Amino acid sequence: MKRRDFLKSSALASGVFLIPSFLKPFEAMASNELSGFKNLVIIQLSGGNDGLNTIVPYGNDVYYQKRKTIAIKQPDLIKLNDLQALNPNLAALKELYDQGWMSIINSVGYPNPDRSHFRSMDIWQTASASDQFLTTGWIGRYLDANCAVNKNPYTAVEVDDTLSLALKGSKMKGIAVQNPGKLYSNTREPFFKELVNEHNDNLNEDNLGYLYKTMIETYSSADYIQQTSKTYQTKAEYPQTGFANQLKSVAKFINSGLKTRVYYVSLSGFDTHTTQINQQGRQLKVYGEGVAAFIKDLKQTGRLDDTLVMTFSEFGRRVEQNASDGTDHGTANNVMLFGGKLNKQGIYNNAPDLTQLDNGDLKYEIDFRNIYATLLDKWLNVNNSTVLNSGFRAMDFV
Amino acid sequence: MNSLAKIKHLYARAGFGLNVDKLAQYQKLSVKHAVDELFKSSDFSQPLSLLTANQTYQMADRADKTDTLTRKMFLQEQRQQEKDLNLAWLNQMSSTEAVLREKMVLFWHNHFACRTQNPWYAQQLNNIQRDNALGNFKTLLLQVSQSPAMLQFLNNQQNRKGHPNENFARELMELFTIGRGNYTEQDIKESARAFTGWGFNNNGEFVMRAGQHDEGSKTFMGQSGNFKGEDIIDILLQKKQTAVFICTKLYRYLVNDTPDKTHVNAMADLLYNGNYELSPVLKYIFTADWFYAPANVGNLIKSPIDLIVGLNRQFYITYNNPEVMMQFERALGQVLFYPPNVAGWPGGKNWIDSSSLMYRLKIPSTVLNNGIIDFHGKADPEDEALLAGMPNRKQVKTQAQSTADWDKFLAGIPKGATKEQVAEVLLSPEVNSNLKSVIVQSGSIKSMVVELVSTPEYQLC
Repeated sequence: MKRRDFLKSSALASGVFLIPSFLKPFEAMASNELSGFKNLVIIQLSGGNDGLNTIVPYGNDVYYQKRKTIAIKQPDLIKLNDLQALNPNLAALKELYDQGWMSIINSVGYPNPDRSHFRSMDIWQTASASDQFLTTGWIGRYLDANCAVNKNPYTAVEVDDTLSLALKGSKMKGIAVQNPGKLYSNTREPFFKELVNEHNDNLNEDNLGYLYKTMIETYSSADYIQQTSKTYQTKAEYPQTGFANQLKSVAKFINSGLKTRVYYVSLSGFDTHTTQINQQGRQLKVYGEGVAAFIKDLKQTGRLDDTLVMTFSEFGRRVEQNASDGTDHGTANNVMLFGGKLNKQGIYNNAPDLTQLDNGDLKYEIDFRNIYATLLDKWLNVNNSTVLNSGFRAMDFV
Repeated sequence: MNSLAKIKHLYARAGFGLNVDKLAQYQKLSVKHAVDELFKSSDFSQPLSLLTANQTYQMADRADKTDTLTRKMFLQEQRQQEKDLNLAWLNQMSSTEAVLREKMVLFWHNHFACRTQNPWYAQQLNNIQRDNALGNFKTLLLQVSQSPAMLQFLNNQQNRKGHPNENFARELMELFTIGRGNYTEQDIKESARAFTGWGFNNNGEFVMRAGQHDEGSKTFMGQSGNFKGEDIIDILLQKKQTAVFICTKLYRYLVNDTPDKTHVNAMADLLYNGNYELSPVLKYIFTADWFYAPANVGNLIKSPIDLIVGLNRQFYITYNNPEVMMQFERALGQVLFYPPNVAGWPGGKNWIDSSSLMYRLKIPSTVLNNGIIDFHGKADPEDEALLAGMPNRKQVKTQAQSTADWDKFLAGIPKGATKEQVAEVLLSPEVNSNLKSVIVQSGSIKSMVVELVSTPEYQLC
């Protein structure tokens, strides 16, 4: 392809594969290295998932009193113990629960909760206090803290077309990869290739140098991700949903031996102010079936013990339903964990207290930063205080 | 640096870049004259006038909120107005002669970062920021503080005698005036009491609800009295640190990511001693020798809006479907009226990550070639309610449906100008040897332009 074709190409055409001389060839981990390479998968449910209709506190009468039209009736529920049960749309998760691959942490939140989506999401992604504004995300600061060992953007991968604040540090940032092949061909645009090749040494530390550095890192990361994962054939069956596809990509990356520590995936559509039962049910089904396929895939390939999945949403919803068969923004919520090496399987702590409320909302019992601290200290092996600024005590779920 | 190069730098920072057809005109102009002209063309403030009434309130008042369909329509209508407002402003930035004013509106839009679900309030705040963009900071601050958008956003509507809400007082000090580390928690508590009763009515007008105002004595930054909100603002402006704080931000916006203490202090003296008049400070910057020093040229990363608007202006772009510009905003991480939080967009290197950089390199050629857009960018968290009601959302590839006026662009190039001279207008950093080879190898001006706008250098201003 000649460079002048750049002018004509509308979409980014896939270029010819050439490894520039300055880029070392990468190799996937050998199978003996693979085992023991721990990775964390974060699933973000955007919009404020109603935790009380997800893990249903059916054993508490208050639930049925406060939710006259949207409470899920007992016979439909999938009971976990005599207090809490799974939403029927999460049926696929029951098997994981029974295998001891699932753990549910109730009443997770933070002091002085904010009920606006964007602010609360900001707080969860940056791990800030509610009156503090941080410009870096907690995974990004993990990358910063760890950059002597893991220098590459692909240490944290978001399966999406743009990168969330959570994965942006001040020195290092993760990389967004919706589709490795597409990212690869985007970066192999002949004109870009030429620019990269011309800037292979002595980059200044100014903004221009930073832009070229990012471009070169993207170029080589795209190559690494594509070359490492392209030959891997997924054997497991996944549902035909966008979300399941994203998890399928994550599994492919894990199974093919990508040296990635953190994966980030989001599922939208949980802001259910009206006709919640159908809307939330639909999204929970997508979530549950996707996660079940993913976990079983990793079990099959022997990587489940090295994988920990954490699901969160920016807030839960009010205990009492509204007049439109929906729920409004609330506070504390449950966090779901999956993995082959959970310390405390099943339900981690007490079911949420539906009577001692803060202005109609659940009171939090566990600060989400204690969960992050645990993931950092015990799973990613960095001291959480370098990431979370003030030290948070680690919990014992792993 | 010759005066044309200086004027190019001036327009890169004080506006959205220089157009090629201005080359001939500016070749003969001194920097001083160019600065005068810049201010003159921004004399007039043209407000955004998309919305003429507080329709959100009227709709909300009428709508039966328990009815799902009505609620959905209401949300969609509101969302459409937000989009229209976003595009109206983009359009104004892309077409106005008053570039300095719009560039400063964008600065205040970020300094007084605010979100509101009411598009009428958003437009009102934007127009306050426009009217006062080059005026007096105190007037601006007071009007912003009394705007429904900000009163609502920072919960001052709930700030009542006996039940103070400290949100506004805290951000006023931390982000709007004096900066962190220059006030105490006690100052926040006391000043919150002074703002009790500040609110707005359904016509979008500021009201002082006297019955809710705390008339007691407050002690704020060492002074005691029965302070009202205005008094707190006065006391904050009496602190030199406020002028330093504002000038540091201005310096980072207009000059360099890394503030130079001497330059910032000189600016702060001018702002403080000039009763917070903004234009003299801006004029001082644009005529200072250091503004044109090599270390301060071509080294700022354009904000996504700078990039989109600059492209629109330089190539006279028209969009059949202007909403694609919002797709660009989302993919690049700056949606107007949707700042990430009250601290605004952090800017600088924070704009850049692997994917945003690839989009930045690709979007200009896509726009110039009416190419395919195959990305969405994330939905804002506030859009989740709408998304929840849409079961089947698909990724679609869309054509940019954009047209560059190449004839106009090419006709604007002065007779006898070399390709390298054209390149120098488009790029702020020095044209280095790599770029020179791009220029030499390119077959035509048009193909050279498409390549140059696809370089990392084009990301800088």
